[in-house]
Amino acid sequence: MTVYLLRRLALVVPTLLGISLVVVLMLHTAGGDPAELKLGLRADEASLRRLRHEMGLDRPLAVQYLDFLSHALVGDFGRSYRSNAPVADEVVSRFPATIELAIVSIVIGAAVGLAAGIAAGTRRHTLFDYTSTFGALLGVSIPTFWLGLALIIVFGIWLRWLPISGRVDPRLGADPSAHFLILSSLVHGDWVIFKDAAKHIILPALTLAGWPAAIIARMTRASLGEALDQDYIRTARAKGLGEGLVVRRHALRNALIPVLTVVGLELGGLLGGAVVTETVFSWPGVGKLTADAIAARDYQVTQGVVLLLGAVFVGLNLLFDLVYAAVDPRIRYAQ
Amino acid sequence: MSATGTLVLSRPDETRIREAPRLWQRFTRNRLAVVALIILGGLGLLAAAGPLVVASPTEQNVRVRLQGPSRDHWFGTDEVGRDIFARVVNGARISIASGLASVLIGLSGGTILGLIAGYREGRIGLGVMALVDLLLALPAILLAITIAARLGPGLISAMLAAGFVGLPGYARLARASTLTIKRREFVEAARATGLSGAAIVRRHVFPNILTPLIVQSTIGVGNAILLVSALGYLGLGAQPPTPEWGQMLSDAQRYMLNATYIGIFPGLAIAITVIGFNLAGDGLRDALDPVASR
Repeated sequence: MTVYLLRRLALVVPTLLGISLVVVLMLHTAGGDPAELKLGLRADEASLRRLRHEMGLDRPLAVQYLDFLSHALVGDFGRSYRSNAPVADEVVSRFPATIELAIVSIVIGAAVGLAAGIAAGTRRHTLFDYTSTFGALLGVSIPTFWLGLALIIVFGIWLRWLPISGRVDPRLGADPSAHFLILSSLVHGDWVIFKDAAKHIILPALTLAGWPAAIIARMTRASLGEALDQDYIRTARAKGLGEGLVVRRHALRNALIPVLTVVGLELGGLLGGAVVTETVFSWPGVGKLTADAIAARDYQVTQGVVLLLGAVFVGLNLLFDLVYAAVDPRIRYAQ
Repeated sequence: MSATGTLVLSRPDETRIREAPRLWQRFTRNRLAVVALIILGGLGLLAAAGPLVVASPTEQNVRVRLQGPSRDHWFGTDEVGRDIFARVVNGARISIASGLASVLIGLSGGTILGLIAGYREGRIGLGVMALVDLLLALPAILLAITIAARLGPGLISAMLAAGFVGLPGYARLARASTLTIKRREFVEAARATGLSGAAIVRRHVFPNILTPLIVQSTIGVGNAILLVSALGYLGLGAQPPTPEWGQMLSDAQRYMLNATYIGIFPGLAIAITVIGFNLAGDGLRDALDPVASR
């Protein structure tokens, strides 16, 4: 296990360097000359040149990249062209909203996906199976942003059951971005805010949960189906074990291992990929920050967010790979 | 990849032609695959002939702005009085073309890289795969946003971005298939006759790795359409007044409180199109690889 851990860790550094090289080269001058963006179109050539020099844009690209990297290593990702606030601060203050949404979504997605996948996998070629398979097809075919819009239309506009944007009603006076709203209101026993925040998270969480639920259901069905065809299952049945026990004790334990990886991958995707859903619901997380930064051509922020989220994604993948190797010895010996 | 699927394509050409009707039979016996054919056939017709029959997708008429569905405007009108039905029909051409183009980019790039990485194991192969894996290290939407932002907003940028996002999947699949095929006897035999590496890859390896790639790319078209429309929704894809479905929905959201219907039809169109490609991909896989479909 230690060897596997070290080998896997050694891969992380070049991956992160590679990502940073690609992202910085692509974004640092995307949308035009940063000096021009900052000073506006009417700036004269002399002050443009001075600002370019101040921003270090007149140095060779390799030097600029190394400079960026050395700052990034100590948590300095530059400043937003728009607000002049440090990019790292903006990302950190927006991250809790995204984490909260991602966790609620993956819990819903995994619960629905597992239930549907197990129902389908144990009753193959029945109505259960077909319904769950069709649901999974819808889950991977409906565009996320339209699922969000459809939920807004039905539950927000027609039925008026749930709020359609933001994290919490601003009139309640809760800070909408600084912390884990649901968790902290729960801890402090602030039921009014807790109830309101919980109501706000339902629609975006359902929207985000659709895709992972579908992927997890498919994976569980396939994996469980395969496990149920194995010889040891026949043995378990032959010794007179009830079907429920056969599934729970023998089939599921093996079938769920690959599902675990999928859950990890999807969680990473939710943390880094909620750009669209957060935009639909004006959810004040890092995804919305990315979308706003792009709309305002603030590529310093875009670059910082993409890099930080990329690092989180790589870290989560590593974590789940290690968990995977820990629960399934075949993985680490196969390497 | 099962033995059956590979065998079908590894026989000489005449047998392959004789296999075709049986493949068609297996495909059409699958009821969902038939549904897929109907959906895709209808969409193809709509994309080809639709724009000739419907009203102009860009003509504005403020006197009929934000009207609900009626006999004159089947899907209603948008905020500047454009006919939504005409826009949705015209959007079919854009979405399908952009989905196909993205897959072509990802598929050709990925296949070439996968063939190289699979055939030349060792340092070259590892280097190629390290580059490919780098594309997988970012969540798909972030990679797409980065590429589209670099290239500047537009439909072409969105297509290229979706193409690059799909590329690593095809590269990995092509590499894995190449690794198994190149150890088969007929490749050995070709090498023994003194054929060059490039010729072996082109004539003997490439035709035999196509089956899984075709299945993957059919489903890939659906995913590319989803991504292109998401970029359109975010403002990085097609620009107004192009009737692209994702871009239409981003406009629609602003008027949805008063006119919910304008948020419905473009999304429905995307969903139906993607379902068509996903079902077709599943059907193809089952027809080509009957063992896996049980």
